[in-house]
Amino acid sequence: MLGAALVRLVPSDLLASRSALSPILPARSIAGRALVLVIVIMTFLAGLTAGAVHLVADASSDWSRSIAREVTIQIRPMAGRDIEADVRMAADLGKRVRGVEVVRVFDRQEGEKLLEPWLGTGLDLGELPVPRLVVLKFSAGSTPELASLKAELAERVPNAGLDDHRLWLGRLKIMANSLVLIGIIILALVLVATGLAVAFATRGAMAGTAHIIDVLHLVGAEDSYIAREFQRHFLRLGLKGGLIGGLAAVMFYLVISLASANFAMNPGAEQVEALFGRFSLPGAGYASVLAIGLVIAAVTAIVSRATVYRTLSGHE
Amino acid sequence: MVEISGNPSVDVEIGESPSELVRFDNVGLRYGIGPEILRDLDFSIHSHSFQFLTGPSGAGKTTLLKLILQTLKPTRGRVTLFGQSIAGISKAEMARLRRRVGIVFQDFRLLDHLTTYENVALPLVVQGREESSYRAEVIELLRWVGLGDRMHMPPVILSGGEKQRAAIARALIVQPALLLADEPTGNVDPSLARRLLRLFIELNHTGTAVVLATHDLQLMDLVDARRMVLAEGHLHIYD
Ligand SMILES: Nc1ncnc2c1ncn2[C@@H]1O[C@H](COP(=O)(O)OP(=O)(O)OP(=O)(O)O)[C@@H](O)[C@H]1O
Ligand SMILES: [Mg+2]
Repeated sequence: MLGAALVRLVPSDLLASRSALSPILPARSIAGRALVLVIVIMTFLAGLTAGAVHLVADASSDWSRSIAREVTIQIRPMAGRDIEADVRMAADLGKRVRGVEVVRVFDRQEGEKLLEPWLGTGLDLGELPVPRLVVLKFSAGSTPELASLKAELAERVPNAGLDDHRLWLGRLKIMANSLVLIGIIILALVLVATGLAVAFATRGAMAGTAHIIDVLHLVGAEDSYIAREFQRHFLRLGLKGGLIGGLAAVMFYLVISLASANFAMNPGAEQVEALFGRFSLPGAGYASVLAIGLVIAAVTAIVSRATVYRTLSGHE
Repeated sequence: MVEISGNPSVDVEIGESPSELVRFDNVGLRYGIGPEILRDLDFSIHSHSFQFLTGPSGAGKTTLLKLILQTLKPTRGRVTLFGQSIAGISKAEMARLRRRVGIVFQDFRLLDHLTTYENVALPLVVQGREESSYRAEVIELLRWVGLGDRMHMPPVILSGGEKQRAAIARALIVQPALLLADEPTGNVDPSLARRLLRLFIELNHTGTAVVLATHDLQLMDLVDARRMVLAEGHLHIYD
């Protein structure tokens, strides 16, 4: 789709090579190498950013999908109440909610184990009022109807609280959205910076070929012809830089995903994976990295053309 | 004579007098705040005409040709080319007017990154013509000016006279209605100069108006033609 849009942006004759004739603008006298390097670097950075945006968006949707399917009932010990009975009651009530697939009751040892990371091991928690947990897992695709459960719990087990992770989810979404937004801002800045670099390079190229531009005008060339020649030249540079930079970013993500696949066999990798997903870019991620290379090539061509027009019309 | 076929002619609205290609009305020119180099120029150049433009070095011959080609704006008066005044003309229209004018620069202005063949073809290339549509014409013209075996070389390695002929060929390739030639015999020996002069006269017989700037008196004496003489900023015309 993007490819087709690009083809429409770029007149087809720009890409066709013109038989064996030398280009009207001497490739040698237009310092292209520095600009290609700038474009490579910009494309690489933009590609990394786009990939990161994909990773974040993917990880956050994975997360929210699995978290959204879980609801936790927390029962606090209360003087004068039998906590075991309360837990059983809560589990019973939970089982009756539509869409519930699994009800998992954490017994006392399990509950204490969950606290270990915070309190350390070897502590006798017997005296502490450790709350008990009942986790309800809903089947995929069901929207849990929790209002009635909440009401029943309030009535029958007043020391129970219902946590549907909504707060968590909200924060997660805000964080993920901000990361995506930051990524998009970086992409926009990279494009603007590339455009500026191309504008400067075009002006330099025009100054270096002023005698040629003069002769072209004198033999009857229109500004549009001259602009097209520059555009052709810079499109080639842009494609070269965009392709190299885009491929470099793709390679980067391939290496990372291979490395993380290796790493996944190590113990302790689970936490990292839980946080960031698998570090492997989805196919769409690779596609957008490459598309960025093409967009940067198109920006290069369009900016150079516009710069030539502006400079020539200022010459009059 | 070269026969150039299929050359798309550009229709230009011709003013009151159809045979008037160039017209100067009370034109004056100074560079910056310097003295007026050309003063009170009033003349016309008609189609099919042949004239020499002469005067001592520094008299303003090149400047006058630049005014005709409209790369210089007059400080005073009005210059009209093909009935169109430079004032109020778009750049695209200007480009189309220039396609009907062939110009041989005193310093040639050949492009060194192109071959001689490509230099001569340049006025057609910038019109977007396909190479297959002009290749034969360009080669024939190059042979005609004696550069048949030099056409794939870059101009840098050509001799002065060869560059001169390449520059002339580039001016002729569009079969211009008006040819402006600035010292086109300045770099060649007398016999080649006479051959080139004959070439310009032949071109004139085929309908092109020619303005030949030179200070070679011997050359001018060979032809009985109009003489425009610049001296101290004024133009004297001897028909
Ligand atoms: N761009 C310029 N800026 C200032 N002065 C100029 C410029 N071009 C030419 N002149 C001056 O204008 C005068 C006329 O120059 P021009 O080149 O028209 O002379 P010319 O008749 O062609 O001389 P020649 O026979 O040596 O070619 C000269 O005194 C020259 O120094
Ligand atoms: Mg001169």
